[in-house]
Amino acid sequence: MMPRAKLKAQKVEAANALLEGRALPQGGAWITRARSAAEKRVRELGLPTKRDEYWRYTDPRRLTAADVEPGALHDTQGEPPAFDAFDRVKLVFVDGVFDADASDPMALEGVEICQLSQAAMTDLHWARDLYGSLEARGQSPVERPLASLNTAYATQGVLIRITGKPEKPISLIYHRESETSDAMVHHVIRVESGAEATILENGPFATRFNQVMEVDIADGGTLHHIRAQGRDHERVGCAHFFARLGAGSHLKSFTLTANGALIRNDSVIWLDGAAGSAHVAGATVGDGAFHHDDTVFITHGAPRCESRQVFKKVLRRSAVGVFQGKILVNQVAQLTDGYQISQSLLLDEDAQFLAKPELEIYADDVKCSHGSTSGEIDSNQLFYLRARGVPEDTAKTLLVLAFLAEALDEIAEPAYAEDLRARLEAWFERRG
Amino acid sequence: MLKIENLHAELEEDSEVKILKGLSLTIKPGEVHAIMGPNGSGKSTLSYVLSGRDGYAVTEGSATLEGVDLLEMEPEERAAAGLFLAFQYPVEIPGVGNMTFLRTAVNAQRKARGEEELSAGEFLKVIRAKAKELQIDADMLKRPVNVGFSGGEKKRNEILQMAMLEPKMCILDETDSGLDVDAMKLVSDGVNALRDAGRSFLVITHYQRLLNHIKPDVVHIMSEGRIIKTGGPELALEVEENGYADLMAEAQA
Ligand SMILES: Nc1ncnc2c1ncn2[C@@H]1O[C@H](COP(=O)(O)OP(=O)(O)OP(=O)(O)O)[C@@H](O)[C@H]1O
Ligand SMILES: [Mg+2]
Repeated sequence: MMPRAKLKAQKVEAANALLEGRALPQGGAWITRARSAAEKRVRELGLPTKRDEYWRYTDPRRLTAADVEPGALHDTQGEPPAFDAFDRVKLVFVDGVFDADASDPMALEGVEICQLSQAAMTDLHWARDLYGSLEARGQSPVERPLASLNTAYATQGVLIRITGKPEKPISLIYHRESETSDAMVHHVIRVESGAEATILENGPFATRFNQVMEVDIADGGTLHHIRAQGRDHERVGCAHFFARLGAGSHLKSFTLTANGALIRNDSVIWLDGAAGSAHVAGATVGDGAFHHDDTVFITHGAPRCESRQVFKKVLRRSAVGVFQGKILVNQVAQLTDGYQISQSLLLDEDAQFLAKPELEIYADDVKCSHGSTSGEIDSNQLFYLRARGVPEDTAKTLLVLAFLAEALDEIAEPAYAEDLRARLEAWFERRG
Repeated sequence: MLKIENLHAELEEDSEVKILKGLSLTIKPGEVHAIMGPNGSGKSTLSYVLSGRDGYAVTEGSATLEGVDLLEMEPEERAAAGLFLAFQYPVEIPGVGNMTFLRTAVNAQRKARGEEELSAGEFLKVIRAKAKELQIDADMLKRPVNVGFSGGEKKRNEILQMAMLEPKMCILDETDSGLDVDAMKLVSDGVNALRDAGRSFLVITHYQRLLNHIKPDVVHIMSEGRIIKTGGPELALEVEENGYADLMAEAQA
């Protein structure tokens, strides 16, 4: 074991080396303050390494390296992207850069949308207080320097303020056109009291991406977040989702991940007000050179809140799935209802699932449960289906989709769940 | 229809465990045969070996369906060829809707036979009518396959599957066990409705009572992996009265 101090010194040294000669982006006073503070955090925290407690199962080197390893683009074979059939306000990013021509006008009743690059020059009071603040809060008790790096250097992203109940979802679409793109995107979302909206995200993003989404939900607000990270194999990335929930507010965040050489999704959620609920779910399908890591940290900081974590991973060949999920219940958070399940279905012996479920409870009157399992396809079920004439591959696909159904069921709107389910079915049919 | 000759089967992982030890049986089109026999005599194993479950090794003998070698085929091919097994213990499949399951199965078989697939509308019409006859309500069709079904509901669901798939050779493994009197009647009516000159049945049961409803042409007594006696319906009555001891002793002699 390397002594902690020495490890820390190495991390800091790596951060300083990475930032050497790199200037902060241009911007107004408020954002420059936020960026400088974030840059300072990166230098203080240092870059993550596999020796860090929450990077034990996932090597961050390709995420922290100075240069991007080129990766081939994926042939979609005409398959339409996720959510294609839905009426929505589309905001398109190509290799992490906002594409105004490809995007819809940012006009939708009950929503204010602004590009980060524009806001950086003006003074958007609500965003000013938010940009980087949840990310900064999310550095403790677990350090997340990649998110600070993003706050410091991201120039792309959108600021979305939801003031009503918009009739359409806001759809963030990430195209990838370059084999060497290195994208940094930072979104800020504020859901005002009593407001409700759906944010969709989909697409391969970039050869390497570092995304941060900061979500602040005021009392009685509701946000549905549905994300389909998909398709391109040869890409790496990390996405941090920070959300703070006020009293009686609700969050549902679902992520489908298919393919990707290395994808790390951190969800950091604070239930700050009484009687809020946060549901975070994920369905993952990985085949071959695939490493996917879901790291979730939910803090119950007020009484009578409910949280759910439902993660399902189907893995085969050398695919690796990681789940690190924590429920922290502070002393004030009486009558907490916390639930966490992570399960993997390993389609062969080469696939691997690594899980680290954690509960830390300081209140005495709480209901918390967690479970993690790893299994294979049930041979009795498979035989039953085949005995009824269902071919083996179809039968396996049915069983795999059945396994993933519990996670997809976490999506409130069935039409979105069905869109993703159909894609999964196609994914399995293509692969046989 | 079904011809089994000198069938020997053992456990794949332990060849010491020999279960079928030279079983022969021939069922003609349109006939109903019953198999009775003590627990552990190999009745379910016979049904599994015929339908192609993993875990058993056939070491000798043959089984053909309309002259086609069953044992060489995958389970789904056997099903498409017209073989159906109503399981002694129907399997629960959480997350797969009963209706989706049945439609996938029906259409997979039709496709394998080069027939046109049923549209969602047609399928719905047929299944509603057949479910009604078996008193299976719409809710049961929507629920995941067998999940939370009572023992009797599971058995009725097996018969519904059989009615939808219209197989040529139906093997019913203790479909009567766990059924109340009314359900037994319902299930038997379902089976009898399917009886015709081109369809055969092999009914595995412990109770003569079922055979009052589903009248067999031939009754076989199975013991230790073999048919030890074959006769008419009266054989079932004899077992009901006297048990298997005499028959087994007779076979030993
Ligand atoms: N997979 C298996 N592993 C171990 N033993 C097995 C297996 N399958 C069958 N057997 C054994 O083979 C014998 C025959 O079992 P089988 O289930 O075919 O009997 P059965 O006649 O259907 O009995 P029952 O009337 O109780 O249903 C039993 O001794 C059983 O324990
Ligand atoms: Mg049996």
